[in-house]
Amino acid sequence: MLSRVADSFYWVRRYLERAEHSARVILVHQRLTLDDPTNAVGRRLLAAVGEAPIGSSPRLELPNRAGVAGCVAAARDNARQIREQISSEMWEQLNSLYLGVRDAAHQEDGDAGSFMRSVIEGTHLFHGVTEATLTHGEGWHYMQLGRYIERATTTASMLEAYFPEPTTAEAAAKASIGEYAEWVGLLRACAAFEPYCRTYTADVTPERLIEFLLLNAECPRSVRFAADRIEDSLRAIARMHGREANGRPERFAGRLRAALNFGTIDEIMEGHLARYVASARKQCDQIHMALFQTYISYPIETALTR
Amino acid sequence: MASVSGGPAALSALFTGYTLGGYFDEMFEADGQPRPAYRALLARLLDLPVDDLRRRQREADAAFLQQGITFTVYGDKGGTERVFPYDLLPRILAHDEWDHISRGLSQRLLALNLFLKDVYTDGRILAEGVVPRELVITAQHYRREMRGLYHRADVRISVAGTDLVRLPDGSFAVLEDNLRVPSGVSYMLTNRQITKRVFPKLFTDYEIEPIDHYAQLLLGVLRALAPAQQSNPTIVVLTPGVFNSAYFEHAFLARQMGVELVEGRDLLVHDNIVYMRTTRGLQRVDVIYRRVDDDFLDPLAFRRDSSLGVPGLFNAYRAGNVAMANAIGTGVADDKAVYAYVPAIIRFYLSEEPILPNVPTYLLANDDDRAYALEHLDELVIKAVGESGGYGMLIGPHSTAAQRTEFRERILANPRNYIAQPTLALSGAPSFLDDGIEPRHVDLRPYVLCNGPDCTVVPGGLTRVALRRGSLVVNSSQGGGSKDTWVLSE
Repeated sequence: MLSRVADSFYWVRRYLERAEHSARVILVHQRLTLDDPTNAVGRRLLAAVGEAPIGSSPRLELPNRAGVAGCVAAARDNARQIREQISSEMWEQLNSLYLGVRDAAHQEDGDAGSFMRSVIEGTHLFHGVTEATLTHGEGWHYMQLGRYIERATTTASMLEAYFPEPTTAEAAAKASIGEYAEWVGLLRACAAFEPYCRTYTADVTPERLIEFLLLNAECPRSVRFAADRIEDSLRAIARMHGREANGRPERFAGRLRAALNFGTIDEIMEGHLARYVASARKQCDQIHMALFQTYISYPIETALTR
Repeated sequence: MASVSGGPAALSALFTGYTLGGYFDEMFEADGQPRPAYRALLARLLDLPVDDLRRRQREADAAFLQQGITFTVYGDKGGTERVFPYDLLPRILAHDEWDHISRGLSQRLLALNLFLKDVYTDGRILAEGVVPRELVITAQHYRREMRGLYHRADVRISVAGTDLVRLPDGSFAVLEDNLRVPSGVSYMLTNRQITKRVFPKLFTDYEIEPIDHYAQLLLGVLRALAPAQQSNPTIVVLTPGVFNSAYFEHAFLARQMGVELVEGRDLLVHDNIVYMRTTRGLQRVDVIYRRVDDDFLDPLAFRRDSSLGVPGLFNAYRAGNVAMANAIGTGVADDKAVYAYVPAIIRFYLSEEPILPNVPTYLLANDDDRAYALEHLDELVIKAVGESGGYGMLIGPHSTAAQRTEFRERILANPRNYIAQPTLALSGAPSFLDDGIEPRHVDLRPYVLCNGPDCTVVPGGLTRVALRRGSLVVNSSQGGGSKDTWVLSE
């Protein structure tokens, strides 16, 4: 596969994942603001996904809509680069998402809620069409990497933004009703509220919440789940190239996966949570860099002597 | 069949605006009777309410937009990506008409390939004065760098798209040859798919020659070009990138052939070997179907400011380590002034009379021709010789005095750069225009694939239609649309 093509595969899904996260955080922010107009947490979460703060009047979220639309447009630009490599169904789905978003992004009287929901729905459809119509070959694995590196990074960033200070079980016991709403908001922003309830019931505590978003192996929104997928795809690509899976990307991914697999929530809570998730986020960056240096932007000199 | 005594306009409300006269009508004879090839289509149309046609047209338009079958308009800041308008009604060619076109184009391309080999090597035709040497070496797309280069498979033009027009007497003539990077074939193929989708019943009335094997034929042509030692050559399509007006087509052809679509930045040359950068490391490339103009292929050999090209590509090509289709320098044969000599070129190499005639052409470098043309600017079409896509032309009868003055100055400043042709009454074909069917002017661009001396003309082609009433310009960049084109089986 051409390195440029791998690059585009990666970014199509990474940008869509980003659009989906931003859209969901904006929706959650709006809902939280209805209960609590100051909504400091919503603003922190917005900052964690790189979104501008939202003003109070409906017109003031136009820049956010433009931001989300920008991610969709960037995903489509990348898909356009590789449209002969992806399935027609994927292209058509992404293109119609783009056309809808492009028109709605600048309508001042448009409803931000339905705009964001249409983006989330459109990205879900794209992922579904991708699973159903694209060969699960090398390109698909780059897409997986783009998607899950973005997801692990975003979930870690949100935890980091929400719990900047060490949290203890004693503090959690004194939680106010307002904080409860915020925790639910955080879970919703990660699309993890319903899975959480099925695992732990609606009894939300920070410790469980952190364990769920960080270490749960089955919740598709957890950092652990993403790290598992990242390592799987890196190993699969190495296998396809007839390499042993012991290169830099696989080593970084293996280290992250092991930390999340074998880490326990008690240890993490005893230490400094924000530092722990910041380290997970940095490891995702390292994996990204190693991936690009190995397959995409390697120096010609090393390739000629290979 | 309904009465046609009052001409097409009397057939039904659908045809109210349909007038005949002044040019060849593809559907109706001069007395208003439908031509045999169009009878079944006409019968269908008379059965359909106009709303039904509108619905099908909308369905087709939506399909094009959804699939992103678009082209880019240069110098237009707004929506740079546009859908190429599609006209619902197919253009139908009878089998014997096609047979004539096909033989004529094969003959023409055979001669043009011989011409290119000759002008870049022995120069026999220049020495004998059949084509003036001065004219050839001053052609904008003449490539001195190609002198003396013999190819293993001596085909310089692998893919051609020659524009034909139908004159008032019903005969076809060649308007221009496109021998560099002819585009539009993806529209030929997708128009057929869309027609099948929105008008399936029509296909039960006719036996139509298939065109879907185009990509397979093209792949065969490219394989045959590979350097001798490569039994399983790596073939790529080289595109300027997503911002090129024909990017959709480049991606389409790469996918249809199952080869990589590469940009200049994906390729590199080391020790005169071309490689592409893949996730597995560097992979050698043997044949490039390039959709990049000569000028931009290699900044070391041609335009230094080109960022689309591959440094060192030309040397690898000259060394015979990589083949290219079309070869570099083919543009000398589609220069609009050299065009005037193509009938002589056919006679010179093949000792045959041309099967398809040229359109009368005045070379403005010649004093007599220039004097005549400057007198009659308001009647003639003036074209810049190295341009394509409808850019750089003046249509006399539709021009303003200011435009004519401007062209007069340009011609006098550089007469070699211009030709003049009479304003042709292009044939009209029935087109669906929202509330009815009216004739619109059309041309025809069939695609020719050359494999050694064997030329294959894929039965059909791109019929471009000037959708604006009275307009003669069919180029997509100038507001034209296209139609599916059917060649009937025997």
